[in-house]
Amino acid sequence: MKFLPLVWRNLGRRKTRTVCTLLSIVVAFILFGYLSAIDVAFGLGLEIAGADRLITIHKVSLIQLLPYSYQDRIASVAGVKDVATSVWFGGVYQDPKNFIAQMAVEPERFLRVYPEFLVPEEQKRDWLADRTGCIVGRKTAERFGFEVGDRIPIQGTFYRKSDGSSLWEFTVRGIYSGARKGVDETQLFFHYEFLDEAREHSQGTVGWYVLRIDDPERSAEIAGTIDAAFANSEYETKTSTEKVFVQGFANQLGNISAILQAVMLAVFFTILLVAGNTMAQSVRERTAELAVLKTLGFSDGRVLAFVLTESMVLAGLGGLAGLAAGWLLITVGGDPTGGLLAVFYFPAGDLALGVVLVGLLGLACGVLPALQARRLAIADALRRVGA
Amino acid sequence: MSVLDQTLAVTRTQLRSLPQRVGASAAAAIGVGGVVATMVAVLAIAAGFQAALRGSGSRDTAVVLRGGSDTEMSSLLTLEDARIIADAPGVRRGAAGALASAEMFVVVDVPKRSTGTPANVPLRGVEPAALAIRRDLRIVQGRAFEPGRNEILVGIGAADQFDGLEIGRTLRWGVNEWVVVGHFSSGGTLWESELWCDARVLQPVYRRGSTVQAVYAKLESPEAFGPFKDALTADPRLDVKVQLEEDYFAEQSEALHTVITTLGFFIATLMGAGAVFGAVNTMYSAVAARTREIATLRALGFGAAPVVVAVLVESTLIALVGGVSGGVAAQLAFDGYRTSTLNWSSFSQVTFAFDVTPRLLVLGIVWAIGMGLLGGILPALRAARLPVVNALREL
Repeated sequence: MKFLPLVWRNLGRRKTRTVCTLLSIVVAFILFGYLSAIDVAFGLGLEIAGADRLITIHKVSLIQLLPYSYQDRIASVAGVKDVATSVWFGGVYQDPKNFIAQMAVEPERFLRVYPEFLVPEEQKRDWLADRTGCIVGRKTAERFGFEVGDRIPIQGTFYRKSDGSSLWEFTVRGIYSGARKGVDETQLFFHYEFLDEAREHSQGTVGWYVLRIDDPERSAEIAGTIDAAFANSEYETKTSTEKVFVQGFANQLGNISAILQAVMLAVFFTILLVAGNTMAQSVRERTAELAVLKTLGFSDGRVLAFVLTESMVLAGLGGLAGLAAGWLLITVGGDPTGGLLAVFYFPAGDLALGVVLVGLLGLACGVLPALQARRLAIADALRRVGA
Repeated sequence: MSVLDQTLAVTRTQLRSLPQRVGASAAAAIGVGGVVATMVAVLAIAAGFQAALRGSGSRDTAVVLRGGSDTEMSSLLTLEDARIIADAPGVRRGAAGALASAEMFVVVDVPKRSTGTPANVPLRGVEPAALAIRRDLRIVQGRAFEPGRNEILVGIGAADQFDGLEIGRTLRWGVNEWVVVGHFSSGGTLWESELWCDARVLQPVYRRGSTVQAVYAKLESPEAFGPFKDALTADPRLDVKVQLEEDYFAEQSEALHTVITTLGFFIATLMGAGAVFGAVNTMYSAVAARTREIATLRALGFGAAPVVVAVLVESTLIALVGGVSGGVAAQLAFDGYRTSTLNWSSFSQVTFAFDVTPRLLVLGIVWAIGMGLLGGILPALRAARLPVVNALREL
């Protein structure tokens, strides 16, 4: 420990170089943070998908509607605790660029099935009482400045009212937030009852069902029972766990995110390579000094530790600063596309991985020069000075 | 010696000493190359996606949707509407009547080859005129579907990316069975991602009665669009949105294109910053290694400007080598690479090929030069400001 000041002085010997190396490490780890966050965004919240939730959709595809009457039949299947319906509304708020996912749901059932959507008790009561009321996610409310009591005009694209108008107005009765990180806080939910009464077509249909079950272990069996019940009917179903459903959806986005990840990972390591090369170089330049230290009686092991510490300090300072800056930028700044990615955060697991990488970087950059330094024969090293 | 001569002389010696610093220079070049390769690759995704959609639209075809709809998916028209649209002024007429096709657009689950999980593949019900309306559309294998039969014509993009779409295969959606009878190409455009069948067969399957979702109409000329649009929007029997096909598809590609491009530039900027720091370090050591030489030149009467230029030339050259290799690497690795993704606007799969355009390569090289100049400027100034006497005394 008492050699730390010496390590510190060495880092300060070429200030510009140290600063540049530090900054490139900082940038690399900020990049690492964004990589993780983009991965989360393209994973569509896979890791928070409830293990006790199943999704029942039309067998042909998600866009095909199912009859509302299935609700009771699904609810009566043994092991099913709760069933909620959802209808994708797909309306436009002012401009198609202002994308908000809007879903018609039955509020009480919906909130029971999705306990991770938190609505203050009072706001929840107001929402239940107002047929044209809606709740919006915290992020969307911030993005468009929605407050409780505001009326939001939404232009229906697929659904029009039976009077022919396509303008739907919802009053904000509540603003929900996620109980955990990764919960999508950008959606808008309104009453299914309101939609079904007012729409001009498709009465009595829903988009899909979300089920909560008693025992996640039995999900395959329960899914099988439900699909068998509707087999050979006009509306056949396909039931899967929420995880499988979300995974399937993420797969649809395809290898785009995988390619993005692979290429950026390559660059992350490239930057580290450049930084590492500089660190190694600065040690090589000091061969003579290290020989002097040995002449003064420093043991081989000490010199090794000395060089290694220097590289660890540099990697540690840069890496931790980079992780912190990345975390801050992602948490405060949000996603760089300005709200197009619904879920965007730096997961704790990846933060921990980042810390491990910082350690590995310090080791990797320091270990070769350190070994060289340890092996250094004093006479040889000092002779080089004149050359 | 003129300033120009001095500059040339100093630059020449500077570059001649480059091989002595090959390790550090290579590291800096690799850093820049990585940045350029990534940027070009990511933007090539966006460019390819946009090309697939943009190229699908032509300037003499109109797309008619229900008023207020932005996509075919959310649109709904009656066959009566479709008939009025086909009769409107400006629609081109062939031997079999108006070149207009009333179409249905739905998605069906087909497993994606790369993952084996189901994906939303677009299934389009068309009228016979549809094949004549799309330019470049030709059947490359098999034959077209026969009207009235459960037969499917598959785009080559879809056949490539999704499983079980070979000719002769039977597909089953719900209670209906379909047979694949042919594959078609359309010059890399959106249509190649789709499955086509007879609209009349598709309607009852989806319980659509006599409704369709969009009408595609070939116009006599691009100029005919104005009168055509005016006639339809003025018609009291209709409530429709009339767009040029080209504009319609440009709009469709916007959301995903924006996301990918924004992320691409954002990441490229961050990485660029990282690479610049690397380049700065390399150039500082380059200057440090030549301190005595530079000082000698200055002592001989060489000006400061030639020294600055020489350092900048070296750093730019290193960055350029990196940038060009990065661009070439991206071109070799990614250009033409076929993939598919979910188009958020139509909620269905679009297959497309990465498109490393010359514009992107130029952009990459411009970035590389920028990084080289940024990385070189501080060390160059240091070299120019070296106090000659002190520098000569240095080792």
